[in-house]
Amino acid sequence: MTDANTATAFVRTAMLPQQPPPISQRGVIKWMRENLFSGPLNTVLTLVGLAAVFMILQGVLPWLLHGVWTAKSLNECRAIITKTWGDGADGACWAVIHERWPQYIYGFYPSDQYWRPNLAFVLMLVAIAPILFGAVPRQMLLFTAAFPAVAFWLLWGGSVWLAVVILAGFALGVIALKLGLRLGGAILGVGAAVLIPVLWWLFFAGSAAGALDALAPLDLVRVQSDKFGGFLLAFVIGICGIGFSLPLGILLSLGRRSDMPLIKYVCVGFIEFIRGVPLITLLFTASFLLSYFLPPGTTFDLILRVIIMVTLFSAAYIAEVVRGGLAALPRGQYEAADALGLDYWKAQRLIIMPQALKISIPGIVSSFIGLFKDTTLVIFVSLLDPLKGITDAVRASSEWNGVYWEPYIFSGSIFFIFCFGMSRYSQYLERKLKTDHR
Amino acid sequence: MNRTVFLGALTVAGLVASFASASTLDEVKARGVLNCGVNVGLVGFAAPDANGKWTGFDVAICKAVAAAVLGDPNKVKYVPTTGETRFTSLSSGEIDLLARNSTWTFSRDVDLKFTFTGVNYYDGQGFMVRKDLGVTSAKELGGATICIQTGTTTELNLADYFKTHKMTYTPIAIKTDAEGKQQFLAGACDAYTTDRSGLAALRAGFEKPDDYVILPEVISKEPLSPLVRQGDDQWADIVRWTENALIAAEEYGITSANIEEMAKGTTNPEINRILGTEGNLGAMFGLDKEWAKRAIAASGNYGEIFEANIGVSTPIGLARGLNAQWTQGGLMYAPPFR
Amino acid sequence: MAITDNAPKASFRLGMLLYDARYRSITIQILFLIALMLGLGWLASNAVVNLDKMGYVPSFSFLTQRAGYDISFKLIDYTHDDTHFRALLVGLVNTLFISALGCITATIIGVTAGVLRLSKNWVIARLMTLYVEIFRNVPLLLWLLVIFAILTEATPAPNAFRGANPAAHMWLWHSVAVTNRYVALPAPLFSRSLGSVQTDMLTLVAVIIASLLVNRFVVHRASAVQYATGVRPTTWWKSLLILFVPAIALLVMLGFHFEYPVLKGFNFSGGIQAPNFVFALWLGLSIYTGTYIAEIVRSGILAVSRGQSEAAYALGLRPGRTMSLVVLPQALRVIVPPMISQFLNLTKNSTLAAAISYPDLTATLGGITLNQTGRALECVLLMMMIYLIISLLISLAMNLFNRSVSLKER
Repeated sequence: MTDANTATAFVRTAMLPQQPPPISQRGVIKWMRENLFSGPLNTVLTLVGLAAVFMILQGVLPWLLHGVWTAKSLNECRAIITKTWGDGADGACWAVIHERWPQYIYGFYPSDQYWRPNLAFVLMLVAIAPILFGAVPRQMLLFTAAFPAVAFWLLWGGSVWLAVVILAGFALGVIALKLGLRLGGAILGVGAAVLIPVLWWLFFAGSAAGALDALAPLDLVRVQSDKFGGFLLAFVIGICGIGFSLPLGILLSLGRRSDMPLIKYVCVGFIEFIRGVPLITLLFTASFLLSYFLPPGTTFDLILRVIIMVTLFSAAYIAEVVRGGLAALPRGQYEAADALGLDYWKAQRLIIMPQALKISIPGIVSSFIGLFKDTTLVIFVSLLDPLKGITDAVRASSEWNGVYWEPYIFSGSIFFIFCFGMSRYSQYLERKLKTDHR
Repeated sequence: MNRTVFLGALTVAGLVASFASASTLDEVKARGVLNCGVNVGLVGFAAPDANGKWTGFDVAICKAVAAAVLGDPNKVKYVPTTGETRFTSLSSGEIDLLARNSTWTFSRDVDLKFTFTGVNYYDGQGFMVRKDLGVTSAKELGGATICIQTGTTTELNLADYFKTHKMTYTPIAIKTDAEGKQQFLAGACDAYTTDRSGLAALRAGFEKPDDYVILPEVISKEPLSPLVRQGDDQWADIVRWTENALIAAEEYGITSANIEEMAKGTTNPEINRILGTEGNLGAMFGLDKEWAKRAIAASGNYGEIFEANIGVSTPIGLARGLNAQWTQGGLMYAPPFR
Repeated sequence: MAITDNAPKASFRLGMLLYDARYRSITIQILFLIALMLGLGWLASNAVVNLDKMGYVPSFSFLTQRAGYDISFKLIDYTHDDTHFRALLVGLVNTLFISALGCITATIIGVTAGVLRLSKNWVIARLMTLYVEIFRNVPLLLWLLVIFAILTEATPAPNAFRGANPAAHMWLWHSVAVTNRYVALPAPLFSRSLGSVQTDMLTLVAVIIASLLVNRFVVHRASAVQYATGVRPTTWWKSLLILFVPAIALLVMLGFHFEYPVLKGFNFSGGIQAPNFVFALWLGLSIYTGTYIAEIVRSGILAVSRGQSEAAYALGLRPGRTMSLVVLPQALRVIVPPMISQFLNLTKNSTLAAAISYPDLTATLGGITLNQTGRALECVLLMMMIYLIISLLISLAMNLFNRSVSLKER
């Protein structure tokens, strides 16, 4: 203290307790003022929004809450609702889902064989784990490579050796590539890698499978394609389409950016053609026209034809997405790859594609979501899709003739769960792979 | 690369079937399964049940043919077809036989190169309206909004009918039963038109069927018949005579209950010829003696099939009408087996 | 060793076709061409053999035959006595009509939702997120069916308007009836017509455009005067006069009046009837595509650097004007290219119309015509060709627009 005379001076030795902020500046009220009622326009918007939510809930909730889960037929459902909630009450009849859910999931797949699609689904999750999550050991990718053959065997049945010889073809190809590269350079390696598996499949695979089958028969009951339906069908078409269209789409996008005019224009023509026509016309083609262009006397399974068309369709879209990613790469990356002396494929594999694909992830995933949703269109070529095909089949039975909303809500929610999950995952991936520091 | 491999794999798997070999009969026999095109889902005619088992009037034809040719009524692959896909499925060889309530018309028979194997159901297009609309005749429908189920000859008949009677109407073309029904029940159309059998099936599924009436007018002839590709007469004959066997069986009182009894031999030579106890008619088109016996045993004779799927005792409740035996005043008349 | 300044001229060897980068691309292309030709030739020969075997002669002559069926919604004249080709045209016009309408509303909905999703208003931002996620993650076919069914279930049948004490009432002074089949609207009529309603309408539009142009000229003049003198002459009454008087005068001259819909028999007659399936398809396509556009707009707005909006606030612009004058014009560059593909998608998605009985090209040519004539090959090929042409035209037009908004670097 410098001035001792000012004894009466008041010096506070303890801090005053902190005053709470005014009521309008704290807690819920502050939050509401800032986020809901910050101005006349916002107030109106908030009120309108809340009113809309209220009206929708008021209309739909009683119907949802009056739902009946166990009944044998629609009439029984209606009787239960009337009995429980009084005359004129309206309610959802979820019993149709409860009764018929195997059909929605598996179509007409034999019920004693349900374990096969189930197992295939679980294996699929295992197979895509190393692709989705970096933490899973890399060796798992081998299983991923083998998965298509395994799934094919599980779903369609028949002899296991068929799947084995198909896989053996790939293994032969890889061995041929390694040997060829060591002995005779790139040309021999690639040539052998293509030729040997093709020869194997065309000439030896059948007899090898037959011989192995005779030695150790390991068969599953053959299931015809017409038994496929519901979400099983949507998944088979969707996953095949996704799996095959990605490599094809990358090749197409590279072709479109190729220096060779012929390849470039063919790719451009193909991509623009596919993108220019609606999927329905391609499905019609699969259903009506494809058989005209095959050797006389062969006819393809309809599901297979649809998968081919869906794959081509989605490949064209993916090609465009990847092209966008390629275009977004700075030229320096290409020049750096050239400066390092990498050849075209090495440059693509090591430098260009990892970056381009990273940029295109959101686009690729949304293409996949689109493809998965588009599997519902197969109803137009009379395949039993989960949304309408199975629903129509269910409604054609006299017990459930007249059910309308419930099946749609059910399959709509399942589609929502998967598509929403995929889009969330792509956002996660985008964040994870974001390596620039902006 | 991946894709071609997949194709190759499936080729081996036999998903890519070959049908050019020889006749349809040989091919069906070699395959061991009859590919039969049916409706995607029409109550009473063809619809899968909860276990994926197909039942219905049209399905019974598939079963009878499979029983006659392959000896087992269950060796059938049912291929659901829409109005658009049915004819191409048949001409491209995807199916061997189309049993999908299709009307026998000149252009389909001649221009599209199909062979209709004989009418198994005589139908006609009609109208259904709400009872409280107070309409008692189709002639009072001038200015009405009419729901049409597309995919048959329905649109053309409707246009012709209203033109003849100098009336106007607003068509609403509906793709499937379910949507049409929902529209009709909500009152979005005054009348619903399709084949009268379809109307009956539809009405059977209503909450209050009695609130709706089917108007008396029949505005078209709809002879529904199974069909096969033109150019394979042997196969067409097999389908045609399988149907005839079912019709004849009803006429001579062969039922699924007494067929074993009758197959031991009866005093009626016609029955004996049908059931193969006398002569060998089946050999004439490449089948064995008992083909017709198996066809009839599959789901009974024509009358039994009718009663079990769409008859008066079913919710659909169709009377025999034109589809009764000729002896009962109907049009079902099987040519003699000799 | 002699030194020469000429590079050694290597003679051409066969191996260079494979190992020399100068020639390799030619080798690859020739091989590719051969493979392509072989493939196409194989497909074509298969087609010829197959068609021959079936005895099927592709022919488009069915297009000139009488169609025989009626179409429920047509913008050009058509009766069942017209040809299949005319039916095709009706379908094509319907496709173009719904696509154009859909693109406009989808853009409006999408931009609104995209902007509102970034709003500070918690309720609105959440609702918009909900809208986007729900609608884009469920197949469009489902939405079309649901919207159509709701429109049908929630509105009264024309019957309900009947009687002394009807269950339903017409809106807007007995001029508009919302039924479960259509919305009946009053139709504009001209008692002293210039010929047809179309010519009258065209004249009216021409007059309105002329007034707009004159008004713009007046406003420009006012601005010029303001720049020159600093005082802006009052123009509002001039603008009002120019904008409204000629149009009103023309309407009076033509004897403009409305024809009101009246319930007669089963349905309303008179006036214009806009069927529900048109609304359902329109609404479904725009709401569904709107979610995609909302996402495009949102990411476009986020791509504009924050400094831009901060600068705008510093200049004293209010948030709304900041958005419309500063942020959106810059975002447009990012937004337009993906929007083009959304418009294309909308057009292609309109093929789902058949599911709710809207007679578009797929429903007439690929539906009833195909069904009646059985000419699948021809119908599908024709359909693909037409859609391809539409798509190419749309992308052409939109690419021109894109060029006009893209960044002009100086």
